[in-house]
Amino acid sequence: MHDIFRRDPRAQWIGRNRLHPLHQANSAQPKRGPSGLLRKNLHNIGFIGPNGINRIDRSGDSNHSPLNRISVKPAELTLPLHQVEEADFYILVALDLVSARLTSHDRDTLGLAHQLANNNNGKGAVLAVAFGELKEDKLETAGIDRLIHFDSSEYQRYNPEQRCVDLYNIVNALQPKHILLPDSIHGGGDLGRRLAARLGQRAACGVWKVTDEQLLCRGAAGKTDIIRPMTQILLVLEECCEPVSETRHQSQLLPFYTAAINSSVLDQGNLSVDPSAVNLAEAGFILSGGNGVKDWPVFHLTAKTLGATEGASRVSVDDGYMPRDRQVGASGTWVTAKVYIAVGISGAIQHMQGIAQCDKVVAINSDDKCDMVKRADLSAIGDSTVILNDLRNLVEQHRAGQNAGQNHQYEGVNHGKG
Amino acid sequence: MAKDNTAIAQDISISTLVSIGEHPLSGRPRRAEQDARAIELGLKSATDKLNCLYAGPALNTNATDVLRDYLGMGLKHIQIIDVPEHTDVTTTLLEYFSANTPDVILTGVQAEKGESSGMLPYLLAEQLNIPIVASITHIVSIDKQAGHAKVLQALPRGQRRKVKVNLPFIATVDISAPAPRQSAYGCAMRGELVVKQCNAYHKDFEQSKWQVNGAQKRPKRLKVVKAKTAADRFKAATAKVQGGAGKVIYDSEESTQEILKMLISEGVI
Repeated sequence: MHDIFRRDPRAQWIGRNRLHPLHQANSAQPKRGPSGLLRKNLHNIGFIGPNGINRIDRSGDSNHSPLNRISVKPAELTLPLHQVEEADFYILVALDLVSARLTSHDRDTLGLAHQLANNNNGKGAVLAVAFGELKEDKLETAGIDRLIHFDSSEYQRYNPEQRCVDLYNIVNALQPKHILLPDSIHGGGDLGRRLAARLGQRAACGVWKVTDEQLLCRGAAGKTDIIRPMTQILLVLEECCEPVSETRHQSQLLPFYTAAINSSVLDQGNLSVDPSAVNLAEAGFILSGGNGVKDWPVFHLTAKTLGATEGASRVSVDDGYMPRDRQVGASGTWVTAKVYIAVGISGAIQHMQGIAQCDKVVAINSDDKCDMVKRADLSAIGDSTVILNDLRNLVEQHRAGQNAGQNHQYEGVNHGKG
Repeated sequence: MAKDNTAIAQDISISTLVSIGEHPLSGRPRRAEQDARAIELGLKSATDKLNCLYAGPALNTNATDVLRDYLGMGLKHIQIIDVPEHTDVTTTLLEYFSANTPDVILTGVQAEKGESSGMLPYLLAEQLNIPIVASITHIVSIDKQAGHAKVLQALPRGQRRKVKVNLPFIATVDISAPAPRQSAYGCAMRGELVVKQCNAYHKDFEQSKWQVNGAQKRPKRLKVVKAKTAADRFKAATAKVQGGAGKVIYDSEESTQEILKMLISEGVI
């Protein structure tokens, strides 16, 4: 009886008469007509414009959103769960994990592992090995069916021999069909080669395309392509395969115990590197000065205090304040910094090309309408000298506060250029 | 900039493995960049006891020209193990080193010709049962009595990591190590190429079955929009890059506080 559409003549009469005291024209429930079709209320779209006339703006970017519009968020798609109860075979993947998160290279490797586990109706499971801390929140969609996590404090530092022994034990215990590692500078390339040497197998290095029985690898330091048959150990390049995006995975934790070994290679900590010795193209923190910098000694002092690499726009280099190899922009260096502070740079399009890959941009400028402020994630409007001095004092105070807490010895070794 | 050598004792034996390099654009044979840096590191650490080793075909002019370039860096001689092309030199070098293992073996990270997998130093380390450190840029000190050495390893973004490793060890030298010295004609002519014949060598049969072509450009990954409706795809394609997402602060005190907060959260301070 519930599915029969029943009219309420009184409610409909009230609904037709706007002046009735019980009339609620803007109720949230969409009204339906006699056959069940949705009825649009034509009288409450638009807003009263400046001259008192009702205006309808369909371009979507005005500030006047229609009063009745319930912003519908796109329904959160729950991806289908890919379940593997009994795995026929394993595909082992050793993850890189830069700062405890999966890199895009890791995800590509997992995508390839997923492909190898499931093509030709295979029923394999992707077994990922994570060394050290794992703070990844999007782990479900990475494509990991089983996870072995080594997270004792040992793994916080560089211990390739221990990791190699752990992987060797896992390979002996679980006999994976393939072993995939990202061929990267973050430890994957080193670990993969150690494992291949330990297992006595020939690894395929620099793989960038995998078909069923053939591998396409880069050879001769990137100058040639080698087509070779499939091997067990693959060291894959970036973007070798699409990452997993269509399915969720279990990431079931598998316990695994291995013994600690006496390492012959010990991590003694990072050396504090002089920021001016770091190549501008790979510097992580850049302080860049442009036409708006009036006091260059203050700029250099601030760069030294912050520990930032110095950069410059074309104008400063042309005026002679900075050397040409410090120029950032289309005809200078394309920087890939994590944090880029632009002081007195207006943001010409050629400069913007140079900083396209930067993660966070901070603009210090006196003009709040310039393109750099539009691009920046944080802008400080004011006089550059004042702001730089304030910033320097603040950082010095912060450091003094930190040093009072811990006793740290900083050894600075100046490498010079090259 | 020369490092202070007093941290390294004079009775340390260092061996460097060199190969024939290839210019990436012209294909001309030249000193391999990483191998030259390995020699540079060896020369800075132990000038007189540096042993330079080349395993490969030695009779053609390409090889001798490049080996003369290596000699021009100030080496007295280069030990050549003459094996034909397409040999797997791992076993040859293994024989050579197991007879007399030096304290330090320096190589480049990967070759500039051939398969260039970078596996050779790892295979040698495994077979000789000595530790290997990858991508070093400096040797800080070698202490033969204590039996360990301290090196600097290259990390991404120009960072350096201090590593302590037991003697004897193998190290691969990164491209960011100090630039190698120029090759001098006089030294090149004075140096000697000492050839040692090798009769027992393994041909690399697996590699002969592979097909090698010139590198093709890898396709760029396109950003595929996972949109079900045409309206969604249209919106994604015509969306303007979000410009006004950033915070704009007019007060200098507040802005410096915010900047410091962001620098701390990004981990650069």
